[in-house]
Amino acid sequence: MTDYNFAYLDEQTKRMIRRAILKGLAIPGYQVPFASREMPMPYGWGTGGVQVSAATLTPDDTLKVIDQGADDTTNAVSIRKFFERTAGVATTEETSKASVIQTRHRIPEEDLTEDQILVYQVPIPEPLRFLEPSEVETRKMHSLEDYGLMHVKLYEDISRHGQIATSYAYPVKVEDRYVMDPSPIPKFDNPKLEMAAIQLFGAGREQRIYAIPPYTQVVSLDFEDYPFEASKADAACDLCAATDSYLDEVITDDAGGRMFVCSDTDYCRSRRAAGHVGALGTAFDEDAA
Amino acid sequence: MYVAVKGGERAIDNAHAWLAEERRGDTSVDELSVAQIREQLKLAVNRVMAEGSLYDPDLAALAIKQARGDLIEAIFLIRAYRTTLPRFGATEPVDTGAMACDRRISATFKDAPGGQVLGPTFDYTHRLLDFKLAAEGEVPEAPHAAPREEATPHITEFLNQEGLIQTEPVSDEVPSDLTREPLELPASRALRLQNLTRGDEGFILGMAYSTQRGYARNHAFVGELRIGTCTLEMEVPELGFAIEIGEIELTECETVNQFAGSKTEPPQFTRGYGLVFGQTERKAISMALVDRALRWKELGEDDMGAPAQDEEFVLYHSDNIQATGFLEHIKLPHYVDFQAELELVRRLRREVMGDVQQEAAE
Repeated sequence: MTDYNFAYLDEQTKRMIRRAILKGLAIPGYQVPFASREMPMPYGWGTGGVQVSAATLTPDDTLKVIDQGADDTTNAVSIRKFFERTAGVATTEETSKASVIQTRHRIPEEDLTEDQILVYQVPIPEPLRFLEPSEVETRKMHSLEDYGLMHVKLYEDISRHGQIATSYAYPVKVEDRYVMDPSPIPKFDNPKLEMAAIQLFGAGREQRIYAIPPYTQVVSLDFEDYPFEASKADAACDLCAATDSYLDEVITDDAGGRMFVCSDTDYCRSRRAAGHVGALGTAFDEDAA
Repeated sequence: MYVAVKGGERAIDNAHAWLAEERRGDTSVDELSVAQIREQLKLAVNRVMAEGSLYDPDLAALAIKQARGDLIEAIFLIRAYRTTLPRFGATEPVDTGAMACDRRISATFKDAPGGQVLGPTFDYTHRLLDFKLAAEGEVPEAPHAAPREEATPHITEFLNQEGLIQTEPVSDEVPSDLTREPLELPASRALRLQNLTRGDEGFILGMAYSTQRGYARNHAFVGELRIGTCTLEMEVPELGFAIEIGEIELTECETVNQFAGSKTEPPQFTRGYGLVFGQTERKAISMALVDRALRWKELGEDDMGAPAQDEEFVLYHSDNIQATGFLEHIKLPHYVDFQAELELVRRLRREVMGDVQQEAAE
């Protein structure tokens, strides 16, 4: 496809996005306004992540795209195809082989390295949005570091439910300054936000980019007597027997039968290839996978 | 036995093939041409151009055809195409006073220089299905009048001669471009108008209607509504002067609103303004009403807490491409977040049930 520039966006737009990314990296957790473009996929389908990836990719990169941890979900397939067509970059499903990984709702199980960039698709970048609908107000709250409302919300959760009733998009504080929405990842993934790779967050519709540089301190909000707890289904993967991965629950019949499988398909595949077999799994066969 | 969901790629390809077939419909029926859509569904074309922010009737007609008549989808196609276009420069401000009017009416004066010109309007048609159209669409030629040579003056200017209507501040400031800079609040009036003119017709209509029904009520008269063609001029650096590069059809609406005066302003009439591509008068009138409602701060009026007065509420929710994208994205897989919620609800229930059983035991 030669009608469009490398990775679809024109160079001026990519420069504008890179400036926003650099500003985001310089002020970890701060939401940088950027002039988001209309992309050829709908808002809500990852236009922010796609723009950040487009501004980040070079012809030598290898791209991996996951949605819900899986490479084969329809929207991951669609975004991967978009960059295959418009950037002609190599793509992979193997986490360790990718230099840029675009993700929706998950952080890969395998530890990322300093040579990798993780790009998140973000629906609502503002962690305070559901406490205060006005953007004018929430920006003021961030600039004054006024996060009392968030602590009151967490406290009210505990007094009503005995625990903090947030299971995904669990708010974090970055470098002891900005409260940040980690995008709708399950809170199981929150501890992984302190990592070696660069993390970039793109919210297209809301026109915001933010970032976490490598090895940045990221703390999930909690109270001393109610510490944060990363949780997952209390089970092992039925295909690869992993007990340390985030699990999806799959309904298998109409009698309430269900099984648990790794949400990270590459992690599950590589474990099965290494000979791990879960309770309902069969010996690994590359063709069947 | 669970089989990993593979084949997303083939499913997508097949869905696209089916979509193309559905778009064409029954092949024994003639295919629509882009020219037919452009000429015979002109008001749909106008809406797509207005909300797509791109004045190109052929492309808008193509988008309508490709979108199977879903106008928001067509607007989306135009917007996505528009972002890829290079910017050569900006035209001179359009002089709507020099518009060659096809329609020009005022609700505030029975007659005025330039006259009342109804033009091609539905206003006085009886909404009776015309079954003749189902058979054939041939129409007799409409009678012609000699086109007006001189410019048609704006009616609100007549009020201004008496100082009865508030004077707009003159500014040569270049307004910022909503499609090239992120929207930041508070927005200038120019930016608000930019947002409204490409906003969803239904949303702007609803907002305008809410002001009529009392949410920040400000009774509006249509001082003037004009539809017609304006020339576009652009200064070419090599020439050093502006030359005509084309013409566009526009709808302009100026409302005259009652205003009893405020702490800062004397009693006078105030204005709302609407300007939209093509013949789009419902949108232009709605835009003028919403514009007026959003001006409460500048005019020293009270904040009634009405939705149409809330700049952030209106500007952030007017764009149908943003709105439909975010709305429809909930169709995408969310099983990871849902799984996290499942576990949370199960845990909360366990605790509540546990408490209940314990209470029963006690």
